Amino acid sequence: MTVYLLRRLFQSLLVLVAMSLIVFVGVYAVGDPVEILISPDADQAERARAIVALGLDKPLWQQYLVFVQNALRGDLGRSFVYNEPALQLILQKMPATMELALGATVFAILVGLPLGLYAGLHPDSGGAKAIMAGSILGFSLPTFWVGLMLIMVFAVQLGWLPSTGRGDTLWGWSFLTPNGLSHLVLPSINLALFKISLVIRLTRSGVRETMLMDYVKFARAKGLSRNRVTYVHVFKNILIPVVTVVGLELGSTIAFSVVTESVFAWPGMGKLIIDSINVLDRPVIVAYLMIIVLMFIVINLVVDIMYSVLDPRVRLEGQG
Amino acid sequence: MRLTLAALALAGAMALPAGAQTLSMAVGAPVTSLDPHFHQLSPNNAVAGMVFDRLVNTDGQSRMVPGLAESWSVVSPDTWEFRLRRGVKFHNGNDFTAEDVAFTFRRVPNVPNSPSSFAGFVRPIREVTIVDSHTIRLRTDGPYPLLPQDMTNVYILDRETHENAATEDFNAVRAAVGTGPFRVVTHRLGDRIEFERNDAYWGEKPHWARVTYRMIVNDSARTAALLAGDVEFIDQVPTADLARLRGDARVAMSEVTGLRVIYLSLDHPREGASPFVVDNDGRPIERNPLRDVRVRRALSMAIDRNAITERVMEGAATPTAQFFPPGIFSYVPDLPAQRADPEGARRLLAEAGFPNGFRITLHGPNDRYPNDGRIIQAIGQMWTRVGVRTAVEAQPWTTFVSRAGRQEFSAFLIGWGSNPEGSHPLRNLIATFDASRGWGNSNRGRYSNAEVDAMLAEALRTIEDGAREQILIRAQRAALQDVAIIPLHIQTNIWSMRRHLRHDARADESTRAQDIRPR
Repeated sequence: MTVYLLRRLFQSLLVLVAMSLIVFVGVYAVGDPVEILISPDADQAERARAIVALGLDKPLWQQYLVFVQNALRGDLGRSFVYNEPALQLILQKMPATMELALGATVFAILVGLPLGLYAGLHPDSGGAKAIMAGSILGFSLPTFWVGLMLIMVFAVQLGWLPSTGRGDTLWGWSFLTPNGLSHLVLPSINLALFKISLVIRLTRSGVRETMLMDYVKFARAKGLSRNRVTYVHVFKNILIPVVTVVGLELGSTIAFSVVTESVFAWPGMGKLIIDSINVLDRPVIVAYLMIIVLMFIVINLVVDIMYSVLDPRVRLEGQG
Repeated sequence: MRLTLAALALAGAMALPAGAQTLSMAVGAPVTSLDPHFHQLSPNNAVAGMVFDRLVNTDGQSRMVPGLAESWSVVSPDTWEFRLRRGVKFHNGNDFTAEDVAFTFRRVPNVPNSPSSFAGFVRPIREVTIVDSHTIRLRTDGPYPLLPQDMTNVYILDRETHENAATEDFNAVRAAVGTGPFRVVTHRLGDRIEFERNDAYWGEKPHWARVTYRMIVNDSARTAALLAGDVEFIDQVPTADLARLRGDARVAMSEVTGLRVIYLSLDHPREGASPFVVDNDGRPIERNPLRDVRVRRALSMAIDRNAITERVMEGAATPTAQFFPPGIFSYVPDLPAQRADPEGARRLLAEAGFPNGFRITLHGPNDRYPNDGRIIQAIGQMWTRVGVRTAVEAQPWTTFVSRAGRQEFSAFLIGWGSNPEGSHPLRNLIATFDASRGWGNSNRGRYSNAEVDAMLAEALRTIEDGAREQILIRAQRAALQDVAIIPLHIQTNIWSMRRHLRHDARADESTRAQDIRPR
């Protein structure tokens, strides 16, 4: 186990290094940040000064070495645009993205589970067919379009909910205030749409599979009520795969809520990374991707360890 | 700290009657810093214009008006004297004096990590002399007529408050202390700024006791926020939404012809083959056809500017043949926009030795200016119609502008926002690229014309406005008749608001709460 963990940690480190290298070279290849940040009427002397100020006068490999040196001390550099430490900028925006991702997950479970259960129990009914058709839409409609439609219908036409932005916050969290909560609803639904469809499909296929199991047949033969069979024997057993997938999806939601955050002007990490890419703010881009990579490494590691704990047949030692 | 701020914001929001003197507005471009000397960027300058003042302010038409200086004049050929306003106080109660102006000039070139500093505006100043507490003299290297114009870009700070203030201190609000009509209450970087009225403001006090200034970058989301009533005022109205908003009874518009010209830049310096020009069989042309003024003129004549402004821009632009709209200092009076003349263009091409035209690639950004990608598509068709078979390539600004700066293109679309003074576009876009003079830095086509350079140099030595304007008009006419660039149109700046508001539109694109009033 310890050997395995050490090996995993070493691999993770390699991934981080590779990641930072790719981003460094990638941003360099895309364009010159000074060209984008500087005022067009700045003269040549001012341009040269800005290049030096941002540390872009050195060759790329030296810039990278400076970055690594600082990173080892926990300093991922300063944003070119905001002149604030990149890490701090991202961490400031993290609660907004976290609560959006959690809100979407809550919606996915609250809406997806019952619908999936219904579709699984009554597979031939019209309702089930409608639900399954709807879940295809959830998979295939582009997020930005759905987001705009949600705004047009619920904010502009009906006026029920605010159109964009994050509401009042308490201790940095907006779901603690009524105003903040009302701002959270539309973007969460938008982000949840894909997951709702996913949960519906997982639940439905789980239910249909389980219904044919011997223990379900036996429970029914025993004369247990329909509700007891459904909610105790079937439901409990389908929950395991659903929880696993939803948990893993949380990671990608945090990392890739970019589109929803842009459409709803949600001040989270996703919007920060898009704004940063648009102005080639390299320190923020690098720091953001490092954090995301780290997050996925940790999630995967935890999942692997959990499996070995839950299922003795899985041995971590043997894996590479 | 965060808790107290949030609680304060909450209490503040609840204490105020809704509607009365509160304003909620949204802008399309993020404000990257509250430090007025950190990043020279129009959205930052607009916010700086709410919190701070300049010695010389500008009105809606970008004309100079007294700001913290009540008047200014030349006292000797190389010295300007500014007489400062008395009785002005900073938000924290400190008095504004000449010391603060001198301090500001010292700070401007020394802001650490600035990606685009304001140093260029104070560099001409050789020596600062404080005559008395409210009079200051600035000596320059020889006569320098543009100093008052430069002063419209420099926001004045307080020596006592800002002696050691870093950019972070401004962003954290504690150093965001100016003499302007609003003070900052809270600031969430890249998201929103809350302002309150400065009741001790020396000038006309704004109507709004409290202002929420939000940044909604996505165009559709910004329009939706206005229609939903979440915000009462937006800027950068996308042209695609114009028809809808104009037809909406709940909404009013304000607009003004701006100072941003959209133009095509051509490859001037290469005498041999130009990278994206080939003959009709796809072979490189040995001499660069764009060096022939007849070819450049033909390319300009082939463009139907009215079609572009009416159909592509939905009327939100004015065709032009120069940098400025009428009424701006150094506008060239007898230089109307080129009318579309495909026959004439073909004739000129034949005269220049290209009766069957040639092939060219027209580059441009697709995310920078309103409808930029569609404009170059339209031009591609117009050029193809006169025999110049045009391929169009639109790219994201980040990639595009770096390549354009390295002279990688033969022809490309780009824009320029001018100060209302002919020397500004001439010096930056037209003058020969010369690092020692600081000229031609945005002259990405590397046009070079000794006659124009000489006139510009003369203008920059001429203090008297009338005489300078005449020289600048001559210089612009010479450059534009030589088709140094192909001007297309000047953008119209458009704002949209709920019906109960009215707005004094600004040619410089700034979106500021003091320009908005109840109807």
